[in-house]
Amino acid sequence: MADKEKMFQVKIITPDRIFYTGEAEMIEFMTSSGQIGVYKNHIPLTTVLAPGAVIIHEAEGEKVAAVHAGFAEILPEQVTLLAEIAEWPEEIDENRAKAARKRAEERLQAKTEDVDVVRAEFALRKALTRIGVKDMK
Amino acid sequence: MASMRDIKRRKSSIQSTQQITKAMKLVSTVKLQKAKNRAEETNPYFNYMYQTVSSMLKRSGNINHPYLKEGESSKKAVVVITSNRGLAGGYNSNVVKLITESNFSKEELDIYAVGNKGREALDRRGYHIESDDSAVIESPCYEDAAAICNRVLKAYQDGEIGEIYLAYTHFKNTVSHEPKLIKLLPVELDESETKEDTNVLMNYEPNDEEALDMIIPKYITSLFYGALVEAVASENGARMQAMDSATSNAEEMISDLSLKYNRARQGSITQELTEIIAGASAIS
Repeated sequence: MADKEKMFQVKIITPDRIFYTGEAEMIEFMTSSGQIGVYKNHIPLTTVLAPGAVIIHEAEGEKVAAVHAGFAEILPEQVTLLAEIAEWPEEIDENRAKAARKRAEERLQAKTEDVDVVRAEFALRKALTRIGVKDMK
Repeated sequence: MASMRDIKRRKSSIQSTQQITKAMKLVSTVKLQKAKNRAEETNPYFNYMYQTVSSMLKRSGNINHPYLKEGESSKKAVVVITSNRGLAGGYNSNVVKLITESNFSKEELDIYAVGNKGREALDRRGYHIESDDSAVIESPCYEDAAAICNRVLKAYQDGEIGEIYLAYTHFKNTVSHEPKLIKLLPVELDESETKEDTNVLMNYEPNDEEALDMIIPKYITSLFYGALVEAVASENGARMQAMDSATSNAEEMISDLSLKYNRARQGSITQELTEIIAGASAIS
């Protein structure tokens, strides 16, 4: 498993801190056009992140985190995720996420004129991601 | 020569002022530490963002995108970041000076103010204040920066403004801060930093234009956020320095006044003695 040849640098950076740096064999994350998994020597790619779980396959196992909004720069030897918000499962307040999911669902259901559908959907996706990541742990 | 009582009164008033400036210095030292740490934590994001965006734009030089070409309107927006409180030496006036001494014409500027002091100063000089987010500077967070960014970008997209600038104080280190005026949009590339390997062909998903659409606002927001955090650090650094020199000036004045007071006291004793001796010799 821990084959040095296959490892590459992974960095997750948020405005407040360097969230994660380390070596990984594979990283999975959600982009605006679907979930992707990246191995070493991927073609250079810049893509927009969507709210979702990031799974980092390290030599000693997997690490899961929730990432909302931002973009990723993929180079053959290095993957950098510039995220606006990133959280480890233990940092997520499950009750708050559930309340947020309920609120967003209600707003989407109401479908009145003054509901910003895009925003409500985004909030719902964020809440679902948080709950999903929490459950994965 | 001033009377002993006058000197004493003046001395005690300076002493109490000194106590205040000393306390303010201590407070801003603590705040500076905090703000400095935050600025340092923000820096990697800021740098990566800058690197990514500039290398992106270098590789995609011929994309025809509204963010990359000159807007039609001749109006310019300037986001001015100053502090809400004074007593920070030249901190606020240096930022204001950047704008008053630049070659922008007053009529064509929309000021997006963050910080009371800058807003008041520019308002007095007759600039048009478009919006005021002074509460943000107390404890800037990423969402605040995003909110300002959205508003400015909307005006840009609606064609109300053609260029966006940012005026803030760059925090170099604890003792040196530098007021800066930078152009945000349309994005200008720093040609001097073309050392990177430009032959790596970057792909974009979903496609170049949509990726730019998403990334440029994030880039601007991160610049705003970085500027806010640095401005807070600079403000406290400037205040700490100002209060430090105020305290040492007060120290100097007090020692000067103590000398004067002692002289006056000695003088009055001598005078009294001469009077007594003169009186005694008159009687005998």
